[in-house]
Amino acid sequence: MKVGVLALQGAVTEHIRSIELAGVEAVAVKKIEELADVQGLIIPGGESTTIGKLMRKYGFIEAIRNFSAAGKPIFGTCAGLIVLAKRIEGQDEAHLALMDITVARNAFGRQRESFETDLEIKGIDESVRAVFIRAPLITSVGNQVEILSTYQDEIVTARQGHLLVSSYHPELTDDYRLHQYFVDMIRAYQGSMS
Amino acid sequence: METGTSRVKRGMAEMQKGGVIMDVMNAEQAKIAEAAGATAVMALERVPSDIRAAGGVARMADPTIVEEVMKVVSIPVMAKSRIGHFVEAKVLESLGVDYLDESEVLTPADEVFHIDKWDFTVPFVCGAKDLGEALRRIGEGASMIRTKGEPGTGNIVEAVRHMRQINGQIRKVQNMSKDELYAEAKNLGVNYDLLLEVQQLGKLPVVNFAAGGVATPADAALMMHLGADGVFVGSGIFKSEYPEKFARAIVEATTHFRDYKLIAEVSKNLGAPMKGIEISSLKPSERMSDRGW
Repeated sequence: MKVGVLALQGAVTEHIRSIELAGVEAVAVKKIEELADVQGLIIPGGESTTIGKLMRKYGFIEAIRNFSAAGKPIFGTCAGLIVLAKRIEGQDEAHLALMDITVARNAFGRQRESFETDLEIKGIDESVRAVFIRAPLITSVGNQVEILSTYQDEIVTARQGHLLVSSYHPELTDDYRLHQYFVDMIRAYQGSMS
Repeated sequence: METGTSRVKRGMAEMQKGGVIMDVMNAEQAKIAEAAGATAVMALERVPSDIRAAGGVARMADPTIVEEVMKVVSIPVMAKSRIGHFVEAKVLESLGVDYLDESEVLTPADEVFHIDKWDFTVPFVCGAKDLGEALRRIGEGASMIRTKGEPGTGNIVEAVRHMRQINGQIRKVQNMSKDELYAEAKNLGVNYDLLLEVQQLGKLPVVNFAAGGVATPADAALMMHLGADGVFVGSGIFKSEYPEKFARAIVEATTHFRDYKLIAEVSKNLGAPMKGIEISSLKPSERMSDRGW
């Protein structure tokens, strides 16, 4: 199994490290052809406007939609969550528009309001240290979406079938349990294929 | 819930990796930068090449400009304070600026002490010419490092020198025995534990960007090859003939720094880049990279 990390901009090496900690090979994906070699894809944190523009420029919108249509799992953190959402508050156009959620960008405020906290996540035994950096929030979800965690009653982790999103950065700590969760999603997908 | 932790401050810089941070002087330029794919903007009253031309004392920007820029873009906004001028830094923090640059581009306000950057919730980026400077700034609380280069010259040679210097020194440190490392900490004037961390990581414990002289897409790609995590472009964009096109080209060359065909493509018909300055023609007093220590 190989997991790809979309490497147009953002915290790519941190995700590669976290996936490797979970015992699986991870590679940076810069070109659409490279998607053929991976069974799961992480869209990392970074600036969603930058990542969105570069995705359009290099044909990633269609390529990742096809990747998703094949049932291959995708995990978006922070900017990756924004990029996966069907609706972005205050913007007419979404990016990949794959996941039935509405997001608000920079929902906690500016950098001085960025924070870290302990978070309970459904499916993971003990709390996870979550780092929120100019983080987005999920303000509403469709009925296919399962809410995995909330912070102060706001949705910060969610899953819709093969799509997983977090508004915080699990890749910035040594705790790789959410990455392990994603790897298990890929294993389940592979199991369903064989 | 904790704000302003090292992880939150350094993590913010991690999210900028592979990106281009652009100097802007007003709301209109900020919008152009954001539309071109900048990961952040640096709000300034004057870009470095204008500061050079104007001479005199360069200070923090008028808060009106900073607020105007913050209002029109959704990407992070950075701003510069003078070296040692912690009140300028506190003022900028109070405005809600996302990242502070204690910068040699402005006239230093203190010739002995840099700002105690641990005392801020908002993270700092600082310039460095070598590993000693980088680790002293990190010791003072900087969450991101950039090469000093020679700002406002459009000449990449100093940024190259500083990036090679820092990474060469890191490679040297990696091969040191423990007793050599103690002596090296003393030579460099840095904290031993920080130097030990560099030895173990094989890199700085924070993100390291290139800055000070990036004037073309190929310059940006060169710095990425030399190990930069991303690029600051100061005067290069809005002093070029077609800023919008130029900004987009730099963003693409930074992402695809190994794809030479693509760099050739985006470099076509860019018009005149900013006019450069030969470093040796600068008087010692005109060299911004000698400010700070």
